[in-house]
Amino acid sequence: MKKIFAMLLACMLVFSLVACGGNDAPAGDQAADTTEITLWTYPVGKFGDEATVKGFIEKFNAVHPEITVKVEYLDYTNGDNQVTAALEAGTAPDIILEGPERLVSNWGRKGKMVDISDLWADTKADIEAQSPAVVAACQENGVFYEYPFCMTTHCMAINYEVFEQAGALQYLDLETRTWTTENFKKALEAVAGSGLVQETGVVYCGGQGGDQGTRALVNNLYSGKFTNEDYTLYTADSAENVKALTELKAYTDAGILSYDAGIVAADELQLFANGTIGMSFCWNAANEANYASQVQFTPYAMAFPSDDGTPELCGGIWGFGIFNNEDDAKIAAAKTFIKFICDDETQGKESVKATGFFPVKASYGNVYAGTEDEARMGNYTSMMPYLGAYYNVAPNWAEQRTAWWGMLQEVFAGTAVEQAVATYTGAVNK
Amino acid sequence: MSVALFCKLKEKGEVKVAKSTQPRSKVLARQETFTAYMFLIPSLFFFITFVIVPMVMCVFNSFFDYTSTSFNFIGFGNYVRMFQDEIFMRALKNTILIVVVSVPAVVIFSLWVASAIYKMSNFALSFYRCVFYLPVVTGSVAVTVVWKWMFNKYTGLFNYVLNSAGLIEENISWLGDERFAIWCIIIILFTTSIGQPIVLYVSALGNVDKTLVEAAQVDGATDLQTFWKIKWPSIMPTTLYVLVITTINSFQCFALIELLTSGGPNNSTQTIMYYIYYVVFKLDQFGYGNAMGVILAIIIALFSALQFKLGSEN
Amino acid sequence: MESAKKWTPYKIITVIALAVMAFLFLFPLYWIVTGSLKDAATINSATPQWFPLAPTLDNYVRLFSKPALKWLFNTVFMAVAAMVLTCLTASLAGYALAKKRFTGRELLFSLMVCAMALPKQVILIPLLKEMAFFGLHDTIWAVILPTVGWPFGVFLMKQFAENIPTEMLEAARIDGAGEVLTFTKIVFPMIKPGVGALAIFTFINSWNDYFLQLIMLNSSTNLTISLGIAKMQAEMATDFGLIMAGAALAAVPIIVVFLMFQSYFTQGITMGAVKG
Repeated sequence: MKKIFAMLLACMLVFSLVACGGNDAPAGDQAADTTEITLWTYPVGKFGDEATVKGFIEKFNAVHPEITVKVEYLDYTNGDNQVTAALEAGTAPDIILEGPERLVSNWGRKGKMVDISDLWADTKADIEAQSPAVVAACQENGVFYEYPFCMTTHCMAINYEVFEQAGALQYLDLETRTWTTENFKKALEAVAGSGLVQETGVVYCGGQGGDQGTRALVNNLYSGKFTNEDYTLYTADSAENVKALTELKAYTDAGILSYDAGIVAADELQLFANGTIGMSFCWNAANEANYASQVQFTPYAMAFPSDDGTPELCGGIWGFGIFNNEDDAKIAAAKTFIKFICDDETQGKESVKATGFFPVKASYGNVYAGTEDEARMGNYTSMMPYLGAYYNVAPNWAEQRTAWWGMLQEVFAGTAVEQAVATYTGAVNK
Repeated sequence: MSVALFCKLKEKGEVKVAKSTQPRSKVLARQETFTAYMFLIPSLFFFITFVIVPMVMCVFNSFFDYTSTSFNFIGFGNYVRMFQDEIFMRALKNTILIVVVSVPAVVIFSLWVASAIYKMSNFALSFYRCVFYLPVVTGSVAVTVVWKWMFNKYTGLFNYVLNSAGLIEENISWLGDERFAIWCIIIILFTTSIGQPIVLYVSALGNVDKTLVEAAQVDGATDLQTFWKIKWPSIMPTTLYVLVITTINSFQCFALIELLTSGGPNNSTQTIMYYIYYVVFKLDQFGYGNAMGVILAIIIALFSALQFKLGSEN
Repeated sequence: MESAKKWTPYKIITVIALAVMAFLFLFPLYWIVTGSLKDAATINSATPQWFPLAPTLDNYVRLFSKPALKWLFNTVFMAVAAMVLTCLTASLAGYALAKKRFTGRELLFSLMVCAMALPKQVILIPLLKEMAFFGLHDTIWAVILPTVGWPFGVFLMKQFAENIPTEMLEAARIDGAGEVLTFTKIVFPMIKPGVGALAIFTFINSWNDYFLQLIMLNSSTNLTISLGIAKMQAEMATDFGLIMAGAALAAVPIIVVFLMFQSYFTQGITMGAVKG
């Protein structure tokens, strides 16, 4: 028995050594005439899906066979930590796909990224025509760290059938997809009273991604602001925000809304898709597409409730940035790749469609026209005018994120709202 | 243990004898040193490169304001900051709570299981030993994810069972509630910690001198008296070892926190281990993280030393 | 044995309590395996199904569409390489520490004992920098090498090597055996049980060292199975069917190995502790 065991181990070891050696060899051969670049993507729509991204790279290689692209798929839970580790270890990727809150205000601000203003040269006017906010968000002091290609508004969604049966549809303006705070409360009461779902909705505060949903919920309720005008101070302690948090706490106390520090946004989405809860605070066009095959009801996208009925939604802007790995050939290759994905005549629109969001360029028009997604995407287009300020470029963003969850947890666990927001602002406004 | 100890003493004696009868020449001594180091080189290479050097660097870095963009000497700044950092103090408190609860629980429970099973038939003994050792071999991540599912508020088993039994009225978010989260962590940590102590106690109890036990029984000692007077002292070395490894394991509990709560809710499961990871990888404050690491190492060393002292006094 | 047939109340309670505990310890494993065979609707239902009535392999199909086998392979490679390297270096060093008198011996030994209690996590940033320096970050070696450096193995081997009678070594020397021959023919056979114990120890430790793997490995093809499961969990929070399939893939092979070599495991653990 012992001998067999030893033999087995020895074989495995030898085999593994051979296998590893085998894998390394071809890479070395190719290095001579091609440039290899690495791309790390956060799961922005189908950019988290291997098959889709591989297809794009094949198309890219048809035009640029001299550049090979290696892809890694990050998730929102560990992605930031992986990038930090890679930056420290000097194994950072060449290209990264995410939004300005990471590319500009985190890695860009720390000097880890390359100035890619030259990519903007031909398209700046086109993007500005769509939204000046996008242009502003992708730069710091005139240095561009991100080249964006898609954007969206984050909203919420309700279970249409549940609301219908509970008689809660009367509180919604289905036309404009808005509702007032007052009506929101009535709707919650109606849905909770109907017993059709376990919970009306869950304010998830377990951490990680999806914080935009909870931020928008709190800010809109009484038209509070998340930061000051020039994005330098967090204003969770403003009278409006305190009032909103107090109100939400009152909802949970009354049992018409629930909170859970044990779940994160992805859990909440799953609960919504299962029909366990009646609304999701973490909705957008891409999520509707992702959960389409699972839901047995109509998820109806809505703006966040606000006291004056005019919501201000958080925007999402996604694009590429280049880490400074001090290799000009790679930087040039990375730029070629980004140009292709974002601006190529056919690929540009395909890339936007893959995310399930909207183009940042006015000239692209409606990329979904004539596709099966046209009607669905049209629902979200109507909410684009509610796009609010892109405040995600404020300082200490990563710290703010954790502190935000901590604050929500404290408020719902029963700490006085004033005290919880003071802890939060004290930790993040330095 | 006694055998090993005896051999150690014997060896020491021999060394003395060797020294007194044949004083070694300098050449011979140098030659022996040389061969010794030849044997040691492979191991020393790994030890120095991957333990000693990082350790020195860690202590060194802890005196710097070291982030991804800066590296400035700040003396004891990081250490001072640590004791003003509420979250660190909370983490320290939680870490000590975990150790103080789980270590005695593990020792008592594993001793109880071991004394219940060590006289059983071979088959039953193996069976129980395996069962309690399974969570160790299953791997911390695999164990953690299944517990996470069982603790889930909506689809988890615990809420279903407790609801069915009528013990709770509405579902509880076990990992999302400050009152329960850390206890959930401790329970899981407990199940992954008792396997090894049970194996050790079974063997230690089997090695207790039977003649002493029989003599005590002839003298009319009760089971409990036999245990405290005869068995307990002779399994003391095992208890000491169990104490030390369980303490170190409890201090190092990381995967559970990372996968279940990320330190939440409201820092109620924040531990030093996880906070170091958070400070380093989320906030890029490497110097501060290093300083906390140094403090953690010192705390572990103190705990181990304390246990050794208590153990050897007994 | 003599008292085993008397059924005192204490004994009855003990037997029942043991059975209940054993059930509770086995249950998570049962839940992993059965969970991996349930479909999404069953998994997400608020009323759990105690036994998968309509078992499906769908979760495994989805699992193997990811590089799950590669993860398993990486993990085995990592644990085996760490084990072999540790046993080799530690038995050499342990012998030297036990049987050779040389300058710096006391210092070295105390250093190793102190370092043993040190949590690896403490030195993570310098370790990360070092791996970057050697160009090993994001390779499986970045996880293997620090494990080999952990001095517990040397300590354990020293305790075993101390039992070798010095007379035997003297005799070998008088017979003209060189250092290498003495080691392979006399020392190694005598410390073999210890090497076995150390092998098992290192294998399990390395398999379970989630933290080091988390810091060092990035690329999806370089992950270990533990990291793979964690990553799946991060990507699809409540897809418990898929996650359980991953957990089963991670747990079942090592449990099979454990059950096959169960007696070696228990011996190894005991010896490791008694000597350590």
